[in-house]
Amino acid sequence: MSEEVKTCACGSAEEPSEEELIQRLDAVIGEYRGKPGALIPVLQLAQGIFGYLPEVALKHIARELRKPYSEVAGVVGFYSFFTTVPRGKHLVRICMGTACYVRGAVQVLDAFKKELGIDIGGTTEDREFSLEIARCFGACGLAPVITVDDDVHHRVKPKRVNEILAQYADEAVLAERSA
Amino acid sequence: MPTLTIDDIKVEVPEGTTVLQAARQAGVKIPTLCYLDDLQSIGACRVCLVEVEGARTLVASCSQPATDGMVVKTNTGKVRDGRQMVVELLLSEHDGDCQVCGRSADCELRTLALDLGIGELRYQGEKTFKMIDDSTPALIRDTGKCISCRRCVTVCNEVQQVGGLFAQGRGFATLIGPAFSQNLSDVVCVQCGQCAAVCPVGAIQERNQIDEVWDALEDPTKTVIVQTAPAIRAALGECFDYPAGTLVTGKMVAALRRLGFDAVFDTDFTADLTIMEEGTELLVRLKKALVDGEQVALPQFSSCSPGWINYMEHFNPDMLDNLSTCKSPQQMFGAIAKTYYAEKIGVKPEDMVVVSVMPCTAKKYEAARPEMNDSGVRDVDIVLTTRELGALITQAGIDFRSLADEEMDAPLGISTGAADIFANTGGVMEAALRTAWEIVTQTPFPFPNLHVAPIEGLEGVKVATVKVEGAKGDWAFLEGADLKVAVAHGLGNAQKVIDQVKSGEAEYHFVEVMTCPGGCIGGGGQPRFTTNEVRKARMAAIYREDEGREVRKSHENAAVCALYEEYLGAPCGEISHHLLHTHYFAHDRV
Repeated sequence: MSEEVKTCACGSAEEPSEEELIQRLDAVIGEYRGKPGALIPVLQLAQGIFGYLPEVALKHIARELRKPYSEVAGVVGFYSFFTTVPRGKHLVRICMGTACYVRGAVQVLDAFKKELGIDIGGTTEDREFSLEIARCFGACGLAPVITVDDDVHHRVKPKRVNEILAQYADEAVLAERSA
Repeated sequence: MPTLTIDDIKVEVPEGTTVLQAARQAGVKIPTLCYLDDLQSIGACRVCLVEVEGARTLVASCSQPATDGMVVKTNTGKVRDGRQMVVELLLSEHDGDCQVCGRSADCELRTLALDLGIGELRYQGEKTFKMIDDSTPALIRDTGKCISCRRCVTVCNEVQQVGGLFAQGRGFATLIGPAFSQNLSDVVCVQCGQCAAVCPVGAIQERNQIDEVWDALEDPTKTVIVQTAPAIRAALGECFDYPAGTLVTGKMVAALRRLGFDAVFDTDFTADLTIMEEGTELLVRLKKALVDGEQVALPQFSSCSPGWINYMEHFNPDMLDNLSTCKSPQQMFGAIAKTYYAEKIGVKPEDMVVVSVMPCTAKKYEAARPEMNDSGVRDVDIVLTTRELGALITQAGIDFRSLADEEMDAPLGISTGAADIFANTGGVMEAALRTAWEIVTQTPFPFPNLHVAPIEGLEGVKVATVKVEGAKGDWAFLEGADLKVAVAHGLGNAQKVIDQVKSGEAEYHFVEVMTCPGGCIGGGGQPRFTTNEVRKARMAAIYREDEGREVRKSHENAAVCALYEEYLGAPCGEISHHLLHTHYFAHDRV
């Protein structure tokens, strides 16, 4: 899954062209072609490459893995991990599993919604943050838990939301936000 | 061999049998909904619940393996309550329009509710999301009626290997359909209607064109003629409670006449014409390849089945040259009716309405293809399925069972036994061989009772080799040649043949493909429900129809010979090329 880290939307100066991204996807498909259960890992890596799963990538995967497009779309739609809309630079996921839920995940979620001004599944206008909910990260003892990108934040309180976001936001964005 | 007890009946079953199959063997009826014989037993709907001694919960009998010593109860209070609850919950989501739904007479969900004694709807909740997809000429999807049983998904993906439909989304929001709520017209759907044939409810049905027929029949300025495909005569009776495999040709003709058609004709006529054209095309291809050393596409694939044409255009666009350029018999009929016949009776093509009755939903699409207008106007105007014809006859108040047999009209109702067998998988090939043999050798077709046994029956891919003996004249070059033929039905099987050809694993000269399992007798527009037993019964009826004919070879059809003499000239000649042949278009596979 190294591809995912290498290519996350890291704000590098030059965005790779679609052709380059497809080439990277082809390399991934080459590794998985013919293996049983190839579709899900290929989708995961494709999402790492593109930042989301655009139609061009999904159709390419369907053709190359010889899977019906309807099946590819069905798998993408089944797992909340997959997204077909572009995400922000940073992805905030709020755990809504049972333990987190009873320890105040809803309030945490509301705080993030308010602070970012977006709903579940949304992305801020400046493309900095996307907000999603998830079902258990397996850290129930630390509830409520959220993740931002690959970092886990535990025992999150609504009033700490600002402080967490500040760790990820650009200085300029922060200044604009507080203005 | 496990022995188990079902409702106090001891039954010994082969290893790998499910509890449902064991119960059937024991004569115990368990209701099912998502289950499809030989194709799907996924325990999705939970209607087939039974009680198994020692099991913590009720189990779905369709997916539960039968084991030795198992004790099963299928009719306890717990089982009855469980099944009722399952169906009540399905009904609570089902956005059904049940009083006016096209499936109200044969809806499996409604039948289950009746059989299980559900007397009230205890649960009122959110309904399944309703979206009508009427994007194709052939099929209408109504997601509100879908109960997510996945029968259509299994047939579309596994039998047809088209993959137009799949479960999208999750949980209550699951919708069965193409990717990202696309319409069927925007995806690889070949419009074969096998989904509509297995749908237990009204979620996928053919586009109903009955009112268009009534309008045409009531328009005094129109000459309205009808053609019926070979497969109709062996299935229409099922709409009037005859057992599968009852031939109702004469009653069908009588009913069509009472409906008010100006002439009752037979697609069989143009099936014979197809043999003349397609057989000649094959012989010409073989001559080009073997004598002239030209590059020609071989094997030649048959082109009668419009779902198959759609499949080739989407999935094998590199092999479109292998498809015979012959139009299907339906379209040949339209083109001949609005030219040759229209001239004969002095009617302008624009004043003639050609109605088809087909066992098929893809025929609705085929008739609507923009290039199918070689008469100067649309060649075939309205296409009804067998089911729609049944409904039309019922609407007219005609007592079908009491009708006396009548004969088709001349000249486009005159046909041979070779045309009848177009309905069965293997039939087009057999009809072609009967004629090609006699053209090449000028000796009688040597197969017993004119049947080529290896290409009959329900095997998915069938092959035969015919050694040519006594080739004469223009065709002397074929002397001693082994003519290799293959027959496939169901698009998954067709793709197997294509893969064999592409990989060089097998070499054929002529391949017959029918889109639907069993051929047209198992078409997506036939009366429900088409099991393999039903397929066999209809196929046997078609062979009986053929064997009962005096003339059983297409080139001996006097009306077809007259058509060539008076109008067309020779097979594959210039007028034929214009009226009876077509071309194909490559489409995207995804």
